[in-house]
Amino acid sequence: MTATATPEKKERSGRPALPGWTKYAVGVAVGLLVIVLPFFYDPGSAFIEDCTLALAYVVMALGLNIIVGFAGLLDLGYVAFFAIGAYTVGWFGSTFFADANIHIGVAEITGNLPGIHLNFILVVIIAIVFTTIAGMLIGLPTLRLRGDYIAIVTLAFGEIIGRIAINGDEIKLAKIPLLGGLFENWFGADQTMTAGRQGITPVDKIKLPFVAEPFKSLDLRPWYWVALFMVGLVLFVSFRLRDSRLGRAWIALREDEVAAASMGVPLVKTKLFAYGTGAAFGGMAGAFLGSYLNTVNADQFQFAFSIFVLAMVILGGLGSIWGVVIGAVLLSFINNRLIPDVLNSVPQKIGLDFDLTQLSFGIFGFLLVIMMILRPEGLLPERRRKIELTESEATTDEAVYSARV
Amino acid sequence: MEAASVPAPGLTTSQRVRALVGRYGLIVVLLILPVWFAIDDLASDGNLTRFGSNLVAGLSNGSIWALVAIGYTLVYGIVELINFAHGEVFMIGSFVSASFIATLGLTTDTAIPILFLGLLLTLVIAMLASGSLNTMIERVGYRPLRSAPKLAPLITAVGFSFILQNVGLLWRGGSQEGITDLIESQHKVFSIFGVPITNGDLLAILVTIPLLVAMTAFIGRSRLGKAMRATAQDPEAARLMGINVDTTISLTFLIGGMLAGAAGLIYALYQTTIWYFQGFTAGLIAFTAAVMGGIGNVRGAVLGGLIIGFIQQLSDNRIGSEWTPAIVFAYLVLIMVFKPSGLLGEQTREAG
Repeated sequence: MTATATPEKKERSGRPALPGWTKYAVGVAVGLLVIVLPFFYDPGSAFIEDCTLALAYVVMALGLNIIVGFAGLLDLGYVAFFAIGAYTVGWFGSTFFADANIHIGVAEITGNLPGIHLNFILVVIIAIVFTTIAGMLIGLPTLRLRGDYIAIVTLAFGEIIGRIAINGDEIKLAKIPLLGGLFENWFGADQTMTAGRQGITPVDKIKLPFVAEPFKSLDLRPWYWVALFMVGLVLFVSFRLRDSRLGRAWIALREDEVAAASMGVPLVKTKLFAYGTGAAFGGMAGAFLGSYLNTVNADQFQFAFSIFVLAMVILGGLGSIWGVVIGAVLLSFINNRLIPDVLNSVPQKIGLDFDLTQLSFGIFGFLLVIMMILRPEGLLPERRRKIELTESEATTDEAVYSARV
Repeated sequence: MEAASVPAPGLTTSQRVRALVGRYGLIVVLLILPVWFAIDDLASDGNLTRFGSNLVAGLSNGSIWALVAIGYTLVYGIVELINFAHGEVFMIGSFVSASFIATLGLTTDTAIPILFLGLLLTLVIAMLASGSLNTMIERVGYRPLRSAPKLAPLITAVGFSFILQNVGLLWRGGSQEGITDLIESQHKVFSIFGVPITNGDLLAILVTIPLLVAMTAFIGRSRLGKAMRATAQDPEAARLMGINVDTTISLTFLIGGMLAGAAGLIYALYQTTIWYFQGFTAGLIAFTAAVMGGIGNVRGAVLGGLIIGFIQQLSDNRIGSEWTPAIVFAYLVLIMVFKPSGLLGEQTREAG
């Protein structure tokens, strides 16, 4: 969110040369505006609610951008990391494990409740650890595979995790082999793994260290700032990673795996880092959303959500960090405001018998198709990517056989 | 590929183990569930009747998956694209069948010859509808992107899959819908070793086998089939030999879609419930089947479809249908780990 995060020294040709400081000035101005934005609205207003959600989606989209945009590994199971992050806050920040009694760094009100209650910072750290491990585990079987197989394997993992979330209310922790006895001691014999479709609710509100009170559901400003801080952090990490040795390795991998390997890019390490980092962002956002939405419900973790996040990345421009931010904010507002509130009754006004909300994923699907055909580089393309997409490929066999006779 | 998997003398133990795992790992993994439940049955009931009825139901289900899987495998063989929307094409096949049956006014009271003719007509209509839908998707969504990076058509495929799901949602609503059990699919015809064979099983077999034979003959014998095989091997050379590659690719999508449409009708009659989301799971199951057999390999797709049908039936019957998707996907991941080239080996350009 700060201007220092865009180190673009070279002037692009064909544009009127602005003094170097204007870019920074605009950056600082936009950053300040985003920070003070909540003061212009009522603390509980729907606008701030939507903005906070949009910011959480930005974090996720930036995570997926690392996997798909930077490293070129199409991940169709990103929802798995959302799920793991959300369940982390569900497990370690609610009354779900009713027989356990652990409280670390929580407010007094929460301190009297049964269950495990950890401070939000701790929860986020645990979520990041969990999702990083999960990301690498999911990455492992895909290492030897071709591009489109990766998509299917990640999708399969996403679905498996979604299934476990839905059916987790049948799994008794005490019956898990090896660790069951331990779990029985801690949580009792009847403790299930998830709450399935009923959902774990309520979830602890975020409580930061050095602040006495946890956040309230009526005052959304602190939530907004926490989300904004996460976006800033993730942006910073994204930019630093992109310009690092690892980032260059990802781009090399994306452009040509064989060439990258023969130039000495360690494939396994590079790919696993991409999965791990991308997953960690997803887990962070998942933990935040679990607390913000006040429920961890298995129905949230459907395949469609993976596509929703993927659509953000593609709309903005694969690999383009600012593009992805814009794509995420746009789609989030389309999904949470435009479709349900503004356009929902349009079909009925013209005499059709359905709500537009039913079709939201059809609309996203349509958006994906249109974007890919008309503007595959996205709204705000990354320069390098654009070259890849438009460079002449006259010598490849695909180009030859697709040429009109 | 072949040479590496044969353990030659003079290899270290770890190499030999790796070769063995590469060769038999997938087969062992596939056998775990069936063998486990067969032993379980023998121990508790003393016979294999329950196991046998699972097998029969699994093969009938599997023949549906086989028809869908062929669509994946043909398309992958020729354009190296996972046609993500294929499951939805299958779903539309079911919907068209259900609507057409309602239009014809077929009921359980209809005389058998008329019912037979009506269903045959429905089969043709469903096949044409799904086939032309699949061709249209290729024309609109994939052809403009043929020289784009491979990610691009895959993403449009996902997009089409969502669009079609919503079409289905608008068409017949969001809940599972029962359709008339026209063929009395659970009615027992005869039994082998105490395992009942039902009308539904017969229907699945009687529709699938002629279609498979016809398709294999078409690909193996006809000029267009030859063109398809040539294009799959090397599109550039095929074009130089005067084959119209675009037409051939359209034809492949047409055939794949037609088989999916036929599968849609059988599914509707066999399961007697349809809903807009059936295509998603079916598509993934069928894709697993195609990969299991070795993608690009038509015989492999049939074999994989039958195996997956059986596994799915076992899991539905013994573990609980709510876990079936997870188990099928776990198999998919295991195949990817042990043998990405599948049971019968891939026949694609990249695999060589």
